[in-house]
Amino acid sequence: METIRHRPHPSDSCWDADTNMPSQEQACFAEHLCGMSRRRFVQAALSLPVLMALPACGSDKPGPAKVARTFFSSAEQRFIEAAVARLIPGDRDSPGAIEANVPFFIDLQLAGPYGRADRRYMEGPWASGTEQQGYQLKETPAQLYRKAIADIDDYCRKQFDGKVYAALTQEQQDRLLHDMDDNKIELRDFPAQAFFEVLWQNTQEGFLSDPMYGGNRNFAGWKLIGFPGPRYNYVAEITQYGKPYPLPPVGIMGRDGTRMRVEV
Amino acid sequence: MATTLKPVDVVLVGFGWTASIIAQELTEEGLQVLALERGVDRATVPDFATTHIQDELKYAVRNGLFQAPVRETLSFRNTRSQTALPMRQLGSFRPGAGVGGAGVHWNGQTWRFLPDDFVLRSHTEQRYGADFIPEDLTIQDWGITYDDLEPCYDRFEYLCGVSGAAANVAGERRKHGNPFEGDRSRDYPLPPLDRSAGSLMFDKAARELGYHPFAAPAANTSRPYRNPLGVQMGQCTYCGFCEWFGCGNNSKASPQSTILPVLLKKDNFSYRTGCDVTRVLLDNTGNKAKGVMYRDLEGREFEQPSELVILCAFAHHNVHLLLLSGIGRPYDPVTGTGVTGRNYAYQITSSVEVFVDELMNPYMGAGALGQAIDDFNTDNFDHGPEGFIGGGYIALWTTGGRPILQHHLPKEAPKWGEGWKKSMAENYLKSASISTHGSVASHREAYLDLDPTYKDIYGNPMLRLTFDFHENDYKMSDFLTGKAESIGKAMKPRAMNVKKRKPPYSIVPYQTTHNTGGAVMGDDPRTSVVNRYLQTWDVPNVFVVGACNFPQNAGYNPTGTVGALAFWAADAIRKMYLKNPGPLVRI
Repeated sequence: METIRHRPHPSDSCWDADTNMPSQEQACFAEHLCGMSRRRFVQAALSLPVLMALPACGSDKPGPAKVARTFFSSAEQRFIEAAVARLIPGDRDSPGAIEANVPFFIDLQLAGPYGRADRRYMEGPWASGTEQQGYQLKETPAQLYRKAIADIDDYCRKQFDGKVYAALTQEQQDRLLHDMDDNKIELRDFPAQAFFEVLWQNTQEGFLSDPMYGGNRNFAGWKLIGFPGPRYNYVAEITQYGKPYPLPPVGIMGRDGTRMRVEV
Repeated sequence: MATTLKPVDVVLVGFGWTASIIAQELTEEGLQVLALERGVDRATVPDFATTHIQDELKYAVRNGLFQAPVRETLSFRNTRSQTALPMRQLGSFRPGAGVGGAGVHWNGQTWRFLPDDFVLRSHTEQRYGADFIPEDLTIQDWGITYDDLEPCYDRFEYLCGVSGAAANVAGERRKHGNPFEGDRSRDYPLPPLDRSAGSLMFDKAARELGYHPFAAPAANTSRPYRNPLGVQMGQCTYCGFCEWFGCGNNSKASPQSTILPVLLKKDNFSYRTGCDVTRVLLDNTGNKAKGVMYRDLEGREFEQPSELVILCAFAHHNVHLLLLSGIGRPYDPVTGTGVTGRNYAYQITSSVEVFVDELMNPYMGAGALGQAIDDFNTDNFDHGPEGFIGGGYIALWTTGGRPILQHHLPKEAPKWGEGWKKSMAENYLKSASISTHGSVASHREAYLDLDPTYKDIYGNPMLRLTFDFHENDYKMSDFLTGKAESIGKAMKPRAMNVKKRKPPYSIVPYQTTHNTGGAVMGDDPRTSVVNRYLQTWDVPNVFVVGACNFPQNAGYNPTGTVGALAFWAADAIRKMYLKNPGPLVRI
């Protein structure tokens, strides 16, 4: 198991960090980002010896946290932010994928065992097969994102006067997402739909999984639908037919919907 | 060069439900029993603790407790004319790996098959005539009857603390429960779970249509329970995290919550994890097993000698081992001869989603909290006018409301974007799904064999699955779906999605982990791998136990019958085989 590597950046706009160098100063960086005390961060880290603990980042503030990327380049990050903002739109009053920190969730997933397809059978020979035979691409999820985003941005530059996906209007962005889903865009190595399916699946995961994975920040997704979180006991409530459940959402890490615990 | 280990009396391949039951029974005879498990060690504490197990992403989406295709998978095609390709990631089914097997992550839906299920061919021929059965269906009688198996069903239900209402106890007909069930020697050990809002709505709708709804039997304890082995289980808390998760509350029956606390204390039992059994080793005659060959996680090879070898792994793995070891003649679909790999079957499912105005609170639930009707299962209705055989139950299960995989949206809802978001907000708490759970007839073109191209991690040919549902089953499933739709309508929903099972079978969307056949039981060595005691015809000191024994699949979840078969085989070994080792059935 590796530890998540954070890239330090002197400015607040960590989304724009362009370096791929790992940080040697995680604690200082986290402290800088979130303004939390060193003591509190160290406690959080110590309580989770084999896992990476990320500190709570201003849980009282709405909107996405400022945190570093582990997988995406800055160009890829701009694509992901633009795309998930269309897949699950949001604003201050009704959080969507951006407010729920979905890009950060996807970034961490792609840097981890999921992105590497650790559980998948990856031996050849390779053939495309039938729809019923399932996923037969050589690309891991991480490779799928890397290639697809480059291809889609290339496609956009050709179609829209040199503009990448993130620079298009919302209507144009929506149209392209539909075209990917309908396989109307040609990517170099695999059908656009294969990428769209994975992107949309991961976006939903980031919106609806436990906040400890970095998405669903402040329980944005769970509050939207009315899921009160994983709870131990509904013995008294199961027969209270038609009555709303009274308690606010809780995650595996508790009531603070910004606490994280991620294995990479 | 393999290292030869100290001999044991009995080696069990796998350490899930069937191995745990058989180990518990055979250690009572004083035998030295060893279980070899391919996966990791797992215990309720710490592995299923409620502080971390209720994690949908890790367990339900990223497949935390299941077989990893990187280590073991199979290849698949719909028909013989296609080239099979490897199942690179899990989809249609999710076999467990690790101590407890799929018994850790199941829902707990614990059914008995009907008396007619065990004599499907002879019963159908008798009632409808031999011509009624399509010529290429290879359905057959089991070689045992419901009455043979009834005491074993009873023992499994009491082991698990099954919650349910019995309708047919020792000839006495009762008002509640399933009126179609076979005769039971006694009641369920526990009363039904509390009903969910969805259960009550389904019950009312089904009753209005003249059907006979009942609380489905659940291996989720409705009360605290101490089982016959003295193991204490806690009351289910309706947390809604059964299927794909372990139970941290000792409320869902699993090997860990019912048997292991007793078994693991015995001096004459041991188990090893991370052991991939790759062969059953036969002597020069080919009629006697010497033991098994396995590899540990470092790739080292070991020969484990044993007097008795019992294959207790998942259906696919048992059949794969038989094929690799040369036990039983491999099935040949061209000639229709041979037995190993023959009569693979599955489960045909469909659903009807209903969207209502009432608050359903779907996240409060339990894996086997459901209301069902059995009016259209097996031969509980006249098949004459319908022109197909088989059937299934129709149920509304309230297994939980995990947000990523368990939300339902009306078909008009946009797939993504603002409209998706709005629809999620409007429907998550106010929807439910009625499912149909259909039988699958075995047929000539559905089978398992060895893949000519793809290899497993040890260089052995991968198992190959060739499968599509028979036309008979699509017809039957459409019939069941129509009945489910009528119940859905009677619930007076504001919207409804009818999701039929469309051909051909796809390995991609999850359906069920109810894979059956390939090493079927019977009374004729030409059409079965094992006899009625689950002993292989060709190698009398090798037994094979599990859903791979089903000659075809019934319209129920398999675990109740799998558990009963484990007791049945253990009884045969204890009472007959140990006294006189050799074939228990002579032709």
